[in-house]
Amino acid sequence: MCDTCGCNITPGNEHLVRAGGPHAHTEDGRAAVTVLASLLGENDHQAAHNREHLDRHGVLAINLMSSPGAGKTSLLEATIEALGGEFGIAVIEGDLETENDAERIRAKGVPAIQIATGSACHLDAHMVHDALHQLTLDGVDLLFIENVGNLVCPASFDLGHHHNVTLLSVPEGDDKPAKYPVMFRAADLVLCTKGDLLGVLPEFAPARAEEHLRRLASDAPFTTVSTRDPASLAPWFGWLREELAAQRARTAAGHTRRPMVQAEGTRSGGVVHRPDHDHDHAGGGHHRHQAGGHHHHD
Amino acid sequence: MHELSICLALIEQVQQVAREHGATRVDRILLRIGPLSGVEPSLIESAYPMVAVGTLAADAELVIETTPVRVRCNDCGQETDARPNRLLCGACGGYHTKVLSGTEMLLANLELTLPGD
Repeated sequence: MCDTCGCNITPGNEHLVRAGGPHAHTEDGRAAVTVLASLLGENDHQAAHNREHLDRHGVLAINLMSSPGAGKTSLLEATIEALGGEFGIAVIEGDLETENDAERIRAKGVPAIQIATGSACHLDAHMVHDALHQLTLDGVDLLFIENVGNLVCPASFDLGHHHNVTLLSVPEGDDKPAKYPVMFRAADLVLCTKGDLLGVLPEFAPARAEEHLRRLASDAPFTTVSTRDPASLAPWFGWLREELAAQRARTAAGHTRRPMVQAEGTRSGGVVHRPDHDHDHAGGGHHRHQAGGHHHHD
Repeated sequence: MHELSICLALIEQVQQVAREHGATRVDRILLRIGPLSGVEPSLIESAYPMVAVGTLAADAELVIETTPVRVRCNDCGQETDARPNRLLCGACGGYHTKVLSGTEMLLANLELTLPGD
């Protein structure tokens, strides 16, 4: 994210820096400029602001990703039913068209903002920023961002959330993590949904799906759930409670947590010190960055 | 097809760097993209001309270097080659590995024509 302090420079790219320097010339005399910036730098910058805003309100933000129809909205409905009395919950819904999912969530009595992406196949940090401006975060503990159903593009975009949860439904087949490694490697938790169908789809072996996940060098917990079997959801609820407690401890200590986003090179997930910059998120419109902050491309 | 969004971000960055250096033209753009970045170089190449039209980089040569997938094992310490969907240690087969290379999505370098060049 940072072009000036050298944190972009990795063993894989440092020769580019050494070879050129910021204003070396090519043989035919043109200026060669070393940039070494993530192509998603602007998105990352917005994501960091979103996360700071969420941290300030003590909100844990979860990005739910899966293929279309894996059961993200059904999982949220069941989660709101079970935990709605215990935690304040809000939802941002991403779909190409319609308010259908937001209406399903609102019917459960929690606020939901629908982002209609048009033809965009993923949410980005700017869309989530605009949605956050429509949402009152006071009293919200858990914010779920239901990404556009897609196992490819959403994995590349940091939204300002803290964790990625990826759903893999039984009808999709147990080799999805091998087919979509970028998505599944980004997951902090994998929920194998529609577990009630295992009886009629014996070709799906949860153990095999988990093995494909481990081949991606992932330590993420893998658990089989079904919204038709409330008891199966207990590990998911337990994970949410633990992660909310962890989020509260982090924000109290002035830390935050970035999820793994795959287009890294220069980025990595995990606990990081929260950048010490301030801006007013209360009003609408766009931000002004204060001088003297951490930014270098204002 | 998020490559179009990425190309839009790319052309913004390229123009910003070109402006900072007072360039009159961008001649060459070097990207480094890894197989684990979630970005397909060929799609970037086909989307690029659409976003570059009318900019200082309209005639720039777009060069994409792909990076190898390499992992280091936290158990045995070896650094080995890996595949995008098999990031296990090539030496001991363990899955406690860290990806060293292959996730890059970088604008690495630009060649610019400056006034007086």
